[in-house]
Parts: sequence; C-alpha cells; structure tokens
Amino acid sequence: MDSHTETVALREQFETPGQQKEASTLGMWIFLVTEVMFFGGLFLAYMVYRRLFPEVFSVASNTLNIVIGAVNTAVLLCSSFTMVLAVHAAQIGSRKALIVFLILTMLLGGVFLGVKAYEWNEKFEEHHVPGPSFYLDKTPMQGQAQLFFSLYFGMTGLHALHMVIGEGLMLFLLFHAYAGKYTPEYYTPVDLGGLYWHFVDIIWIFLFPLLYLIGRHHH
Amino acid sequence: MITAAAQEQATYLNESYGIKSWLLTKDHKRIALLYLGTITFFFFLGGIFATLIRIELLTPSGDLVSSETYNKLFTLHGVIMVFFFLIPSIPATLGNFFLPLMIGAKDLAFPRINLLSWYLLVIGGCFAMYAMLAGGVDTGWTFYVPYSTSYSNGYVIATGLGIFIAGFSSILTGLNFIVTVHRMRAPGMTWFRLPLFVWSNYATALIQVLGTPVLAITMVLLICERSLHIGIFDPARGGDPVLYQHLFWFYSHPAVYIMVLPGMGVISELVSTFSKKPIFGYKMIAFSSVAIAVLGFLVWGHHLFVAGQSVYAGLVFSFLSYFVAIPSAIKVFNWTATLYKGSISYATPMLYAFGFIGLFTMGGLTGLFVASLGIDVHVTDTYFVIAHFHYIMVGGTLMAYLGGLHYWWPKMTGRMYPEGFAKLSALTVFLGFNLTFFPQFILGYLGMPRRYHSYPDEFQVLHVMSTMGASVLAVGYAMPLVYFIWSLRYGAIAGPNPWGATGLEWKTASPPPTHNFDETPIVTTEAYDYAALEAAKVG
Repeated sequence: MDSHTETVALREQFETPGQQKEASTLGMWIFLVTEVMFFGGLFLAYMVYRRLFPEVFSVASNTLNIVIGAVNTAVLLCSSFTMVLAVHAAQIGSRKALIVFLILTMLLGGVFLGVKAYEWNEKFEEHHVPGPSFYLDKTPMQGQAQLFFSLYFGMTGLHALHMVIGEGLMLFLLFHAYAGKYTPEYYTPVDLGGLYWHFVDIIWIFLFPLLYLIGRHHH
Repeated sequence: MITAAAQEQATYLNESYGIKSWLLTKDHKRIALLYLGTITFFFFLGGIFATLIRIELLTPSGDLVSSETYNKLFTLHGVIMVFFFLIPSIPATLGNFFLPLMIGAKDLAFPRINLLSWYLLVIGGCFAMYAMLAGGVDTGWTFYVPYSTSYSNGYVIATGLGIFIAGFSSILTGLNFIVTVHRMRAPGMTWFRLPLFVWSNYATALIQVLGTPVLAITMVLLICERSLHIGIFDPARGGDPVLYQHLFWFYSHPAVYIMVLPGMGVISELVSTFSKKPIFGYKMIAFSSVAIAVLGFLVWGHHLFVAGQSVYAGLVFSFLSYFVAIPSAIKVFNWTATLYKGSISYATPMLYAFGFIGLFTMGGLTGLFVASLGIDVHVTDTYFVIAHFHYIMVGGTLMAYLGGLHYWWPKMTGRMYPEGFAKLSALTVFLGFNLTFFPQFILGYLGMPRRYHSYPDEFQVLHVMSTMGASVLAVGYAMPLVYFIWSLRYGAIAGPNPWGATGLEWKTASPPPTHNFDETPIVTTEAYDYAALEAAKVG
C-alpha cells in the first residue's frame, strides 16, 4: 500500500493507476449502454405509436414551441462545449479554468432546465397535460393525442431527471476541483462526468427532432 | 500478513469482527456471504408459498384457500423465486466469491458498487415483502396489463418498485463482472485460459446489462399507467397491451438465461474436476455461452404466440427459438464427452452435476415442444409449461447452485460438509424433483390449466403425486441448510485443495486471505491442466 507515491488515489484492488483508469472508463461506458437500453423502451413505445397514429402525433407535435426547443438545444450543445473545455482544463492541470468551465456547464444546464420548466408550465396552461382536463384542437382523437403528450412528458421528464443528476455530478466535481484534487495524472472523475454529460446531451439531440420536428411538413 | 502459519491463519473471516465489519465490507467474499444469507431467506420464503400451493392442490375442490388468496400465492412464489432468488443466485454468491479468485484478482473492479448492489437487492426485497404483508399482489409474476393496471386490487406498485430496485442490483453486478473480466485478470490469464465458470458469468453479465434496463423502464411505465393512467398500455387511448408483453419478455426471456447460464458454468467446473480431465471442447463451450446470450435476445416473441401477435412473427420467433437448442446441446455433448474415459468420482457436487445434465436435457427438449407453434397452442398456459420451466430453473439452475455450493463450500468456510448426508440430500432432491414435476407434464398435456386452485377429479392422482414429490423435495432442501451450518463448527478441515482441482481459487488458502493471494499469481498453463497440477505436486 505504501508503494504508490504518486498523488493518484489508487484503490487497493488495482495494481496500477492505468488499470484503475481503464476500469473506471469501461465501467462508465457500460453504464451508458444500460442507459441507452433504459431510454430505449420509451423510444420503442414512441416509434410504435407514431406509426400507428401519424396524423394525431403530427397535430400534437405542431403545438410544441419549436423556437424554445431550438434555443434549448443550442444551450445544451454549448454546455457540452464547456464540458469539453473543463476536461481539457483538468488534463493540462489548470485548476482555475476547470472551476470556471464546470460552473459554466452547470449554469447552461440550469438554463436548459429552467426553459424546460417554462415549457411544461405552458402545457398546463394550454390543457395539454394528459388527464381529465386535457384538450387538443384540430383532432377528434383526444385519447391518442394524450398518448403523444404522455410520451412527451415521459421522455423529456426522464431526460430532465438525468440533467438534474448531471448537475449533482458537476457540483461534486466542482467541490473536488476547488480542493485541488485533480491533476494531469488523475482527472478520471472529470473525464467520466464529461462522458455522462455528453450522453444526456445526445439523448436530447434525439428527442428534439422526434418530438418537435418530425411531421411538421404536414402543415 | 505474509508471515504464514505462525499462529492462526489470517483469513477474510477473522480479519475483523462485528456487525459493522460485515455491513460496510467491500470484500467480494464477505459480500458473497451477505448475498448467500439473503437469497437463502428468499428461497425458503418462496418455498413456503410453493408449499401452500401444493397443499391446496391435494384435493380437486378449492378448500384450503380462496381463489383470490391462491392468485396471491402463485404470484408471490413467482416474484420471490425469480427476482429475489434465481436471478441473483449463482452470480451474486458463487460468482461474486469466485470470479475474482479464478482470474487471480484481489477483488472485483468496483467493490463499493458491489456492496451497493447487495443493498439494492435488500431494499427491493423489502418493497416486495411490504406488498406481501400489506395484502399481497395477485397478477401473476408477469403483471400483464390491463389486469395489473386497471383491475387488480393488489399492491402492484410496491411490488413493481421492488423489482425495479432489485433490477439495478442485477445491472450493477453485471457491470462489475464485465469490467473485472476485462481489466482485472492476473498476468498470463488470457481469455482462453479463463475457467468456463468465468465465461458463463461474463455472458450472463452481458444479458444483465443489456436486458435489465428494459425491465426497469417497463416497470416504470407499468407504475405510471396504474397510478397516473398515462394511456401507454390502455386501448381506450390508443395504447396497446401487447406492447407491455413485448417489453416485459424482451427482458424476461433473456432472464431465463441469466438464471441458467451461470449454472452451466458451474457444471463445466464440476464435470472437469470430478472426471480429472480437461474439459472437452473448451472453446465451443465458451462461445456457446456467448451464443446463448445473443440468441436469448431474439426469441422473446415465443411468449406471445397466443397473444395476438402476427402469425409471421410467430413463425420467425419459433424458428429462432429452435436455434437456442444448438449451443445448449453443444454444452451437454461436451460435458458427456469430458466424462468419457475420465476417472470419475461420485462426490456430492458431481451427483448434482449429473442431476443437472439429465434434468436440463429434459427441460431443454420440452422447450422445443413449446417453441413450436402447433404444440404450444395446445399446451400454452397449462402445467406442461410449468413443468418445462421448472425443469430448467429448479432442475437446472438450482441443481447447479447446490452442486456449486457443495463444491466451493470447503473454500468458502475452510470446512468439509458431511459427505454421507450430502449424498443423501442430493439423491432426495433428484427423486423429489422428478416426482413433483414429471406428473405436471402429463397434467398439462391432458389440459390442466395453470393458475387454478380447483380442478376436475380425474387430475387428482397426478396432483397428489406432485404434492408428495414436493414434500420429499422440501426435505432434500432442508438437509443442506442443517448440515452446512453444522459443518461450520464440526466439519473436517478442508485444506487448500480438497478436490485436486486446477483453478486459481484452489491455489490459495481455505478460507482465502482478505486479498485472496499472498502474491499476485502468474498463469502459465491452460485451464483444467491436470498434468501441470500433478507435475507441480511431484516437483
């Protein structure tokens, strides 16, 4: 146990820091695979019902605010950019830059969640939340329209939950970065936090066209 | 630590004492024992439900319990046995304990996640038991909609939540195993030197990681549908109940292979050790595990033959289901080929291995019956199906689990179990099992439907036989519980390698020290190289 003199926090089950880093990275990738399968169930349901009820899904999709959705997509892409810069800062051992970029990433994530909350609130006001008071214009198929919005809330809600967890991870990284725990030899947590953040970003990159864009040309 | 047999030998058991040293342990061996205690509890709990079912079925009229209670009994039996016993059984106990030892590692890659996964199983189990005590759940372990979402009065949400949480336990175990096999092997331990138990647990882990998240989202959707009426499975809003069945079986068919693949790995170890021969067709057995894992994901539709699935889909699923027979048969043939000209010893683990090979073959062949569309329409939802999957899960997985437990018990505890009693219990289990479940094939073929607490008089003889068998089986299962505990104090000292086996786990002390090996082993031989073992002994 006294043989590792480096600053790296080497856990006792590993022989070398390299082995530890490779194991952690592989573990994170496998975790992301499980996330793909988890979201996959919802994507499957969306595919099945979109194909069964293309018209009503298109009508419902048209009520979503495409400008807000696009702005939010841009915000999220920017947060991925600042995340990349954070990882880079950790790599070159710049503690100050790491802290700044982590804060920026959190802020952009926060903006995304705020905008999302505003959008959801709009749905309540427009009676587009599935339930007794649901009503959607221009379609007699109120049940199927509710199905669209159930999927909308399910998918964006699960995504938002992952964003909240991501914010928590960023906060964790921020504390440790502030304490100067990360060095060019050891910044695996920042790297893995980045992987998670990008993954959640990519989920949105699929959700945005599926929910907001496809089928708009019908109108 | 390295100063050897001076006083008492330092092992993972005497390294520290007290409840905290167990509940906060990161040692894979201690976590394996935590799992062992937990799943033993769930096994006997599930067994109580099975006992009540069998007693009810002694007579044709439903006289012991009401039909509502009966529905709850078979549901809880299924839920507890599948999600809280069979799924974690071999990987979380024997796999947890021996996978790191077999590859020459100090521990799994993520010991804290390993402990977390045990806590998740316990928390999930608490939810399921809360549901049980609060009034039970009566949907069957499959929770088919719309009954489970709109009509059932049972505690569907609590049970679903329990399964959701226990699912993450399974996912994290799988993730841990995959990373461990990839990154933690000792020098010289190449992929094709891995013991076959490791290969089969690796294949299992692939299914756990890819399949279980789908079960998780299915449970979320089920809970949302029941509590919020989101419409996703509700035809009134355009939802499709069959989608639920697709999602459920996309996990739950591969889950059958989560249950049986680790068992096949155990059998490979046992057959080689007790024939004193290298396993025949090592690579074929290794690849057949992966093949089963992959094929397992392509056959879920055979659970929907009578659910209104398209006939053409049924045809394809039927055809693909036959394919699973190929890697399964490869294993059975290779095990029997290993026996050929081997110097076979009939120690208890080997008796269980023989039991497994016979019963798994029966279960597998009847699997072909139910995979063919025509026959399945006749036997679907009958005792034929019950008998078929009990031959796989109890005759297969449970036999392998008990065989493995006897085989590795000396390593885990440092003590031998009493061989005479153990042989008697193996024999009792085998006879009791067949008496319980063989009559059910006939019952099902004659048309006895599953999930009924009363039945026509002409089925009584077969039901009485089945209940008698279950009583014998119960004795067979109770015996190891007693003599394993007895052996902890009174069993003969085992020594590092009581069976003359080849794996790395036998090259360290029994019970092993906390970090498994005094120095990292360097592997220079293939798996199951008995010649090298002999040479080392002579040298």
